Amino acid sequence: MPAHDVLIIGAGLAGQRAALAAAQTGASVAIMSKVHPVRSHSVAAAGGINAAISVDDDWRSHAYDTVKGSDFLGDQDAIEVMCSEAPGEVMDLEHMGVTFHRNDVGEMDLRAFGGASMKRTAYVADITGQAMLHVLYEQLMKHHETVARYEEWFTTSLIRGESGDCCGVIARDVRSGRMEAFTAKNVILACGGAGQAYKPTTNGLIVTGDGIAMAYRAGAPLMDMEMVQYHPTCLVETGILITEGARGEGAHLLNAAGERFMEKSAPNKMELASRDVVSRAEQIEIDEGRGVGPNGSGIFLDVTVVPRKRTLEALREIVNLGRDFAGVDITREPIMIRPGQHYIMGGVKTDVDGRTPIEGLYAAGEVACVSVHGGNRLGANSLLDTLIFGRRSGEHAAARAAAMGPPAVDTHAQLREDAGRIDSIIARSHDGRRVSEIKNELGELMNRHAAVFRDEAGLRSALETIGRLKEEADRAWIDDRGTVFNQDVLGAIELGYMVDCAEATVVGAIERKESRGAQFRTDYPERNDKEWLKHIDISLDSDGPKVSYSPVTITQWQPEERKY
Amino acid sequence: MAEAHDRPPEQFTLRLRRYDPESGEAAYWDEHKIELEPHRSVLEAILQARDRFDGSIGIRCSCRQAICGSCGVRVNGEPALACHTHLDAAKRSGRDGVIEIEPMGNMPVIKDLIVDMDAVHWKKIRRVTPWLLAKQPVPEREYLVPKESMVDVTQTMACIQCGACVSDCLAMEVDPGFIGPAALAKAYRFVGDPRDDERRERLNDLAQDPQGIFDCTHCFKCVEACPKDVNPMGQIMRLRRIAGSDEHIVDGNNGERHEAAFTKLIKDNGLLWEAELIPRSYGGNSWFGKLHPAAGKELLSSLPTAIRGLLRRKMTIPGILKPHKIPASDLKAVQAIYDKVESRPERYELNLYIVGEDEVPEPAAASTEGSNA
Repeated sequence: MPAHDVLIIGAGLAGQRAALAAAQTGASVAIMSKVHPVRSHSVAAAGGINAAISVDDDWRSHAYDTVKGSDFLGDQDAIEVMCSEAPGEVMDLEHMGVTFHRNDVGEMDLRAFGGASMKRTAYVADITGQAMLHVLYEQLMKHHETVARYEEWFTTSLIRGESGDCCGVIARDVRSGRMEAFTAKNVILACGGAGQAYKPTTNGLIVTGDGIAMAYRAGAPLMDMEMVQYHPTCLVETGILITEGARGEGAHLLNAAGERFMEKSAPNKMELASRDVVSRAEQIEIDEGRGVGPNGSGIFLDVTVVPRKRTLEALREIVNLGRDFAGVDITREPIMIRPGQHYIMGGVKTDVDGRTPIEGLYAAGEVACVSVHGGNRLGANSLLDTLIFGRRSGEHAAARAAAMGPPAVDTHAQLREDAGRIDSIIARSHDGRRVSEIKNELGELMNRHAAVFRDEAGLRSALETIGRLKEEADRAWIDDRGTVFNQDVLGAIELGYMVDCAEATVVGAIERKESRGAQFRTDYPERNDKEWLKHIDISLDSDGPKVSYSPVTITQWQPEERKY
Repeated sequence: MAEAHDRPPEQFTLRLRRYDPESGEAAYWDEHKIELEPHRSVLEAILQARDRFDGSIGIRCSCRQAICGSCGVRVNGEPALACHTHLDAAKRSGRDGVIEIEPMGNMPVIKDLIVDMDAVHWKKIRRVTPWLLAKQPVPEREYLVPKESMVDVTQTMACIQCGACVSDCLAMEVDPGFIGPAALAKAYRFVGDPRDDERRERLNDLAQDPQGIFDCTHCFKCVEACPKDVNPMGQIMRLRRIAGSDEHIVDGNNGERHEAAFTKLIKDNGLLWEAELIPRSYGGNSWFGKLHPAAGKELLSSLPTAIRGLLRRKMTIPGILKPHKIPASDLKAVQAIYDKVESRPERYELNLYIVGEDEVPEPAAASTEGSNA
């Protein structure tokens, strides 16, 4: 049975950063991922990473922008940690080999991004996430003697010892179908968000809320799950993301009349207001009949105003995306976009060292809610979040491991239980529904009722439907009876994870009777600091989700009206 | 845009290469009919077949937008990302309008469309010391490096490790030990990075390895296969030029001398003088080089090839004795090209991220009325 000091689940940016940090302390480290690490969805992050590295900048300005972007729901102590450590972290990445674009004197170049009061986004063309992810993987290959890699291993559950500490996981080797128990002094969840609970979404097919649901089922509370970010610029048909970097480079948003409608809701920042603000403005144009396209369901993003040479050098990837996925040459004509599900601000509740309330269980990256993003995440703060809290979790977990003996736990029963669960899914008779049908219904449901605009009636009906889908998911059948690369059975498990995440999102959205950040309730259209300047925590009780509250940490910035 | 969004769904026939390692049976073909708009991707078609008809179809996939590199397959015999191939194009290139999808080549198949990338692709990546060997001391802030150099290596950084180039590398088919296009492109990412401290060591390593940069046969397959325009072969050629012309690395594979002989012969004669190419590749452009004992030995060893060439009339006796002749004006034109290229302080490099001057925008650029509003 493999045993490690620190076991990391998920090998995107947060997971790989955690692994390197933990390994540097001399701890025995392993990283496990259901896909090869470079396939992790961090790879799709395009625009860049925020850090106050310019001599004219100050991390406090970055922190204030982040607090304001969060609609004052972010915890300011955590935001201070993230923003003050950002410059050092970005420099570390540069030293590891990330090929950041340079300015004319050879320093890192910075681009403008939404909600930021100055240019502070470092970037590699519009493949920043890919460049960073691949460079971290280079480092994992370099440190192969100190970091064990379990690539294409699917985690089925977390193990809690007699004292309640998290001390390992049960996992399935995707390639062979073999089930195995892994013990660890600490487990760090770094397996991303739950975007696939929505349809469409910018997120990859692998982003199915695994970590959130596993932690929730193991007893860890989730926080701010109602806060779901809709990105303002996604391709109308497929939901594929067009980076905010496009607007950072100067692109305009136009309605059917050719007007830059952002003038109405954000006269100062225009297209570079916070994402929640821009997405709402777009949705209003569409809903009020000023959209473009066949059903008026889109908005034009006009990149032609950016010099072509600059577009080809700094926005190469979206030139390709426009050509290959929409048939549009963005350097010559506007492209049709609309808001689309992109990111969840909520997740497993943690402190600034990534600790969850369960001893030995950490979370970092999109799976976690520290909270640095509060009601709305600023563009280019997610890569930063993954690195800062990935590193801090890795360091903290390694230090904790150094001070303790190996966990004493009998994993046999749980291993048998998980193996039995998989066998029973494979053996299900074909009298329920297919996994894919249920997943589609769930995604469309969430995109209808838990999207940019929400109300009580819609959310209530969504919750009721989710209840039915949950039962159906428990009986959903599959075709594949094999053990080698049985992706079908993993899909059935993932469906259960997604339903849990969706339920928590809807419960949180019903609970929060105000409009803040990404949550806009048409029946409660105002922000209400008096009653709702607090986090909503959701824990799994014997009879379902149970709601409680926790305070927002305010250090130096009092809530104020939010204008862009 | 109009045609992209308005076309109704059509029926497409997929022929999938299936293989179940647990069945004990050989691989077989599996046909499915799906319905989708013609500009949708082959991956979406496969997923529709999987969602509706057979959940056991094995394919790795995630992002659906050609960035995660999971869904490398062969579509109608050609390597591609399934998510990056349009159905209408695939139907046109397929036999009888059927879209044939197989696993990638040069790598063992695990199940259906899933291949063992670790056994081949990643092993080769690890061969090129794929991490930065940073110049010391590490600065407090960022390394100060020219803007152009970072933009330049971004083209190889854009490689998504999908394996499409490895799938159809002809040199690798003949010599499975060839380091190959993806890994050598990865090597350029460090050689071209001014922060790396071991550029010369890396180049020397790749030039001296018989399965290194000089093992590439220049067939362009990887250039066509790459969905991200990384141009792996182009990167290999750049590694050769930097190794030979800049670092003057004389390799045991005669690569540097071969390239020098090739360019010199064409410069002098306007056409390649085949009979002189081999001796000079062994001995160098200097006439006396051929008398070097090592060169003589290698020359002797290539005699059978020369004789076969003569028998098959690929070479003639007069052709051995004298170079081909072209009109003097043509020769002058060839030499003018050399003069122009050689007079530039820097080499011409083709890089997608680096384009020429800004074009003057057309007067009435994006009008919203004209499009599909």
